[in-house]
Amino acid sequence: MPMCRGRLLMGRSAVLALGLGSLVCVLFVGSLLIGPSSASVGDSLNALVTGQGGPLATVMREIRLPRALLGVMIGGALGLSGAAMQGYLRNPLADPGLIGVSGSAALGAVLAIQTGLAALAALALPAMALGGALMGVLLVLLLAGPRGTSLALILAGIAISAFAAALTSLVLNLSPNPYAANEIVFWMMGSLADRSMTHVWIAMPFLLGGGVLLATLGRGLDALTLGEDAAEAMGINLFRLRLTVIIGTAAVVGASTAVAGAIGFVGLVMPHLLRGFVGARPGALLWAATLGGAAMILASDILVRLVVPDRDLKLGVVTALVGAPLFLHLIYRTRREGL
Amino acid sequence: MTLLSLQSLSVHRGRKTVLSDINLTIREGEVVGLVGPNGAGKTTLMRAALGLIPADGQSSIAALAPRMRGRAAAWMPQSREIAWPVTVETIIRLGRTPHLLGGQKIQAEDQAAVDRAIAQMGLDTFRNRPATQLSGGEQARVLIARSLAQEAPLLISDEPTAGLDPAHQIAAMESFSKAAGQGRGVLVSLHDLGLAARHCTRLIVLHNGAVVADDLPQVALTTEIVKAVFGITAFSEVTDKGFVFQPLEVVS
Repeated sequence: MPMCRGRLLMGRSAVLALGLGSLVCVLFVGSLLIGPSSASVGDSLNALVTGQGGPLATVMREIRLPRALLGVMIGGALGLSGAAMQGYLRNPLADPGLIGVSGSAALGAVLAIQTGLAALAALALPAMALGGALMGVLLVLLLAGPRGTSLALILAGIAISAFAAALTSLVLNLSPNPYAANEIVFWMMGSLADRSMTHVWIAMPFLLGGGVLLATLGRGLDALTLGEDAAEAMGINLFRLRLTVIIGTAAVVGASTAVAGAIGFVGLVMPHLLRGFVGARPGALLWAATLGGAAMILASDILVRLVVPDRDLKLGVVTALVGAPLFLHLIYRTRREGL
Repeated sequence: MTLLSLQSLSVHRGRKTVLSDINLTIREGEVVGLVGPNGAGKTTLMRAALGLIPADGQSSIAALAPRMRGRAAAWMPQSREIAWPVTVETIIRLGRTPHLLGGQKIQAEDQAAVDRAIAQMGLDTFRNRPATQLSGGEQARVLIARSLAQEAPLLISDEPTAGLDPAHQIAAMESFSKAAGQGRGVLVSLHDLGLAARHCTRLIVLHNGAVVADDLPQVALTTEIVKAVFGITAFSEVTDKGFVFQPLEVVS
């Protein structure tokens, strides 16, 4: 009997994996095919694969491919880091931005725009944002201590986020150049438009590296369901787990913010939404939230292009618009379940 | 065979000495009760023995590599934490964590251990229920089953019977006795001296961070020790139904 139930559970996970996986594939192809330059599906894919077809090949390879690739990677990484953060803190309201890295990455990017470095060199903005993220994570480790409690981590993250936000406001406040201020505000909304393969190459090592780190946490996060003491007594190295969560999250959130700006709600909502489908197991939630996050960003990025194609609607605005009501619904459901 | 041996174990918190010079051993087949008033250092002793907090002196389990500790001893902390609404079976399966290699899935022998623990704690009807929806007492039984499923030679449990009804208190103690009968050893902290007197093969009385008695229950719980350590009087007698201990009054 138990074996039979085991298979049933496996079956449900397999269905979820297959469903989410094919959804991501469909949305990825959709993301490649949808845009202002209308071309047939066959021509587009042909141009993408062979590089033949003049301007269409350029559009496919230089504009749409990086956009779709960044969508998959950033979405997956944000979903994964959200699941890891919630599992580590054993709190469904935790978000990857909690450790202050997205705020400090944004500050780096804002400084790049404000000082004009971003206009001088295309790579200055992501490079400075990554630098900001690194500063943020070092500060968090310093403040929270390598062996501190999860509460210390949360408080350090809040302090760094608040300080980075204050400095960002200060930059905006003192900005003598309204265009730069305008650019900063729009950049902070988050977008995948007009990103090149260079952005993909910059972000990829961090997104994949951080993702691999976070993906190893399954067993430790499962064991943490019983609390830190019980997990440690079962041989889970809490020190390493905590460091892996912080560094992995910092890498993926820093890189995401560096190339796409601040995209909220994915890391918060996706794990919450999918938790019920994986029997609430934090380890299994890691892969589910990865696929779910990728699907959410790809879908939002398609929506951005479909709803008001000529107004440059920002991705971060859409994820927040979709995410906030979804989140409210989840809170309502959670309250009803008495959790 | 000795399953746990502590030699001059001491724990300091700041300048305060929480545990001083603890020497004890636990052998297979024993259910050792750790008793003492609040703040005597029971939890600290258990956590230090497991290597969860830094301590001076020797603990045979803390001396092991962290990965091997989970195979030598199962630890059931006092706080009954179940963070997510996972099923009862999922919780109990977590007990197999120390036996799995990196990335390894749960094996048939692991599942067999899980089924044995479920059967022993009478949890079969709860198997697929979310553990967070159970009552406090039921959750306690799930967590005892989790530590039984770990099937480590030594079981260390911090106040496992708190909040259980009498039948389940006795059932929990009997499951420890059964584990001891299978050649395992148990160290269990208890506040209920009657329960401890009846079900433990040996009692360790802890007072202000030091061991004041370590003997058979009827030898350890003398009138003087009960008065000095717990500040109470008690009725106790070795009857034909075993040693009976009933606390009576607070000594003013």
